[in-house]
Amino acid sequence: MLKLLSVRLVAMLVGLVFAVAALWALVIGLIALATEEPAGHLPYEKPMDLAWSFDGPFGNWDKAQLQRGLKVYDEVCSACHSLKFVAFRDLEQIGYSEAMVKAYAAAKQVPGIDPNTGEATTRPGLPTDYFPSPYPNNVAAAVANNNAIPPDLSLMTKARGDGTNYVASLLMGYQEPSAELLEEHPEAAPGPGLYHNPYFPNLNLAMAPPLTTAGQVTYDDGTEATVEQMSKDVAAFLTWTAEPTMVKRKQTGWPVLIFLLFATVLAYMSKKQIWSAVKPKK
Amino acid sequence: MSFPWARQYEPKNGLTKFLDERLPLPRLVYNAIGAGYPVPRNLSYFWNFGVLAGFFLVVQIVTGVVLAMHYAANAQVAFATTEHIMRDVNWGWLMRYAHANGASFFFIVVYLHIFRGLFYSSYKAPREMIWLLGVVIFLLMMATAFMGYVLPWGQMSFWGAKVITGLFGAIPLVGEPIQVWLLGGFAPDNAALNRFFSLHFLLPFVIAGVVILHIWALHIPGSSNPTGVEVKSESDTVPFHPYYTAKDGFGLGIALLAYFAMVFFLPNALGHPDNYIEANPLSTPAHIVPEWYFWPFYAILRAFTVDFFFVPAKLMGVIAMFASILLWFFLPWLDKSPVRSGHYRPLFRKFFWFGLIPAMIVLFICGGAPAEEPYVILSQIATAYYFLHFLVILPIISSVEKPEPLPYSITEAVLGSDKKVVKGENTSPAV
Amino acid sequence: MADTTATATPEATTTEDGIRRRDFLDIAAVSAAGIGGLAVVYPLVSQMAPSKDVLAASTTEVDVSGIEPGQAIKAVFRKQPLFVKRLTAAEIEAANATSTGSLRDPESLADRTKEGNEDILVTMGVCTHLGCVPLGAAEGEVKGEYGGYFCPCHGSHYDTAGRIRKGPAPTNLEVPEYEFTSDTVIQVG
Repeated sequence: MLKLLSVRLVAMLVGLVFAVAALWALVIGLIALATEEPAGHLPYEKPMDLAWSFDGPFGNWDKAQLQRGLKVYDEVCSACHSLKFVAFRDLEQIGYSEAMVKAYAAAKQVPGIDPNTGEATTRPGLPTDYFPSPYPNNVAAAVANNNAIPPDLSLMTKARGDGTNYVASLLMGYQEPSAELLEEHPEAAPGPGLYHNPYFPNLNLAMAPPLTTAGQVTYDDGTEATVEQMSKDVAAFLTWTAEPTMVKRKQTGWPVLIFLLFATVLAYMSKKQIWSAVKPKK
Repeated sequence: MSFPWARQYEPKNGLTKFLDERLPLPRLVYNAIGAGYPVPRNLSYFWNFGVLAGFFLVVQIVTGVVLAMHYAANAQVAFATTEHIMRDVNWGWLMRYAHANGASFFFIVVYLHIFRGLFYSSYKAPREMIWLLGVVIFLLMMATAFMGYVLPWGQMSFWGAKVITGLFGAIPLVGEPIQVWLLGGFAPDNAALNRFFSLHFLLPFVIAGVVILHIWALHIPGSSNPTGVEVKSESDTVPFHPYYTAKDGFGLGIALLAYFAMVFFLPNALGHPDNYIEANPLSTPAHIVPEWYFWPFYAILRAFTVDFFFVPAKLMGVIAMFASILLWFFLPWLDKSPVRSGHYRPLFRKFFWFGLIPAMIVLFICGGAPAEEPYVILSQIATAYYFLHFLVILPIISSVEKPEPLPYSITEAVLGSDKKVVKGENTSPAV
Repeated sequence: MADTTATATPEATTTEDGIRRRDFLDIAAVSAAGIGGLAVVYPLVSQMAPSKDVLAASTTEVDVSGIEPGQAIKAVFRKQPLFVKRLTAAEIEAANATSTGSLRDPESLADRTKEGNEDILVTMGVCTHLGCVPLGAAEGEVKGEYGGYFCPCHGSHYDTAGRIRKGPAPTNLEVPEYEFTSDTVIQVG
C-alpha cells in the first residue's frame, strides 16, 4: 500500500512539474503577446471555385479539354517546366491514336547517345520516352531563371491545396497590386524580377505571366483561346498528368461501395437474427 | 480462458481429429475467437475496435508487402518509384492509396479502442498486462507510421525525418551524435531512407507478435464490459461465435464502407500536398506538420516554448512528448477506484468529458495548426491539463469519489433482474 | 439455471421457420464476405503482372545495314538478347543443304527469315533449353559443331539457321515477330 501510494505521489509531482512548465511557457507567451506586434500574414486569396468535368464522384475527363491543355503546355509552359513523370505513350489515354502519339513523340528531341561516338546527343522521341526537360540539370535551370528553378509540373495540381483551381487561378490572376494593399503592406510590392499575383502565398512570383494574350495558342478544335480558356485547359491537363488514374479510381469505387453496402446490410440482418435469441424481449 | 462453462472443442471429422492430436490449431481458434470463448453479453459497439485494429494491421501488411515489390528505397529513385506505382503498376494506385489511408484508419480504430479503454478503465486489475502490451503496440505503430511516411521521399517525408530525428538532438551531450547515428549522416539521405525502409518492413511483424500476446493476455481474465462488473455465471456470457463474430462482421462492414469511400473518393484528404513535391534538402516547406494522427503529441512537443529552469525548451518538449505516452504505462496504478466503468463514476465522468476530451481535441487542432497564436496558448493550457488529468486528477478522484450503485451482475444489467439475486444467493455487487 | 441456459442457446428459441431464415441470412452474409475476399485477390495478383511501362517498352528497332556477312550483332528486346546475323553464302548453303525432315524442330531457313532478306537471321539469344545466352554471335566465340550457335550451359548446338541440332534444347532459337520498316531497319515486336 505504501508502495502504491508512493507511485501516485511521484506521479502527482511529475504531473505538476509538466503542468507548471507548460503554464510557465503560457505566461511568458502572453507577456510577449501583449508587448510585441505579431507578424501578420500577407493577405493572399483562396483559389477561385471553378467547375471541372472531373469534379465529384461521377466526374470524367473532358478529353478535348485535355488535348487543348497539352497544346498550351507544349507551346507555353514547356519552355521552362518539365513534365518528367509523363511518358508520350500516356497521351493515348487522352484520346490520341497510337500513330499520333508516335508522330508527336518523334517531333520531340530527347536525350540520347550517339551510337557511333558514344557521346551525349539528342534523338527523336519514342512513345516509351518521357517528356524531356527544357534544361539539362537544375544548375542550368537556375542560371537561366534568375535562381528560381521552374518546378516540374507532373504533380503540380496534387502538390498544392485545391490544386486544379489554384493553377487556373494563378494563371489568370496576374495583376498590378492594388493601392490599398501597398499602403497596408508596403513589403508586398514586387521586387525586381517578381510579379504580383494575389493567389500566390507571398504575393510575389518569379514566373512572368505566361498567358497574356488571347490567341496565344491556336486550338485545333477551333475553341477561342482566351487567357481564361487557356488557363483552365492547362489546369485540367495538369490534373490529368498528376493523377491519370483518377477517373478509373472513381469508377472502381462505385461498384466496391455498392457491394459493401449490400454486404453490410446482410451482415446487419444476420447479426440481428443471431442476437434475437438472447436479446431481452421488451 | 477458464470459465468453467466454456464450450469444449470437439473435432468433427477425421482431418480435424488428426490435427487436434498433433497441432491443435482448430482448437486454438475455437477457444480464441470461436464458440469456446465466453464473452460478456452486454458489450457495446465500442468493443468492436480491437477486431478492427487487427483487421487494419492485416490490410497494412498485405498492401505494404505489395508496395515493397515495386518500391525502391534509394533517394535518387524513391519518389519516382512511388509515382511508378501510381501510374504504371497494375492497380498500383489502389495499393498505395489503400496503404496510406489504411494507416489513418488503423490509427482511427486504435484511438477509439484506447478511448474505450480509458472510459471503462479497461486497464485495471486483472487486465493490466493487456493494457501495457497495448501501449507497446501503440508505440510501435507510431514508429512504424513515422518511418513509412518518410519512404515516398516527398518534402514532408524529408523534413519530417529531419525534424523528428532532430528531437534526439535535444538530449544533452550525446544528442547530436545520436541524431547523426540515427540518420547515418548529417541529413536524411540514402542511409536513413534504407534503414527506415528496413525497419518499416520489420516492425509490423513485431506488432503482430505483440498483438498475439495482447490477445493471449486478454483471454486470461476475459473481456471487460460496459458495466465493469466481472462475469459471474454462464448467463452473463455468450459464446464469441456466432454472437460476436456476427457483430464484428457488421462493424467491419461499416468500417470498410468509410475506408473505401476515402480510398476511392478522397484518397489525399488526410495527406499533405507538400508530399507530392520531391524531397529538396535546400528548401523547407512553409508549414511542416506530421500526419494527423501525431497532431496531439506534436502539439505537446511545441507547447514548451521557453526554458524551464535549467531545462532548455527543446528538451522539455521532447521529454513531455514522450512522457505523454509513457505515462499510460502507469495508469493501472494511478487510478485505484474499485469501480471500472465510467458510467458509475460521476466525478471521473465529469473530468473525462469536460476535461480530457476537450483537451485532446484542442491538442489535435493545435498540432495541425501553424505555430502561432492562438494555437500556442491553447496548446499550453491543454498540455497542462493533459498531464494534470492523468497524473494528479485521476489519482485524487479515485480516492474521493463516491461511485453510483453497480448492478449485481451483467445479467441484471441486461435483463433488469438476475434470478440468483431473487433467490438471495448473493446480493452484494462484488466487482 | 436451466432458464438462463435456454435464453443463451439460440437453437432452443428459434422456430423451424426461423431456422430457415437465419440459415439463409448467415449463408448470404458469409458468401458476401467470401465474394469480397475473392475480389480483393484480383488486384493483388494482377499487380505482379508486367506494368504499363514494361509492356510499352516491348518494341526494338535495329539498323542492319552495318552488319557484314558472317557478322552478328546483339541487340536487346524485352530485356533479353537478340541476335541479328547476316549469313554468308556458305552458311545459307549449309542451312539449305540440311533436309528439314531430319530435324528435331523442322523448319527451313526460308521459314525463319523474311522474303527478300534471306541472309538476315533474327533470333532471340536465348537457348530454348533453360534460357542461357548461346555463344557464336560475337567475333571469336565458339559456334558449335554446326557452325551456328553453341550454348555452353548444357551443350546445345544450333546450326547456321539457328536450328537445334544436338544437345538438350527442345526447339530452334525463337524467331521473334519482326518486320522491315525500311530496307535497312527492322522493328522487333
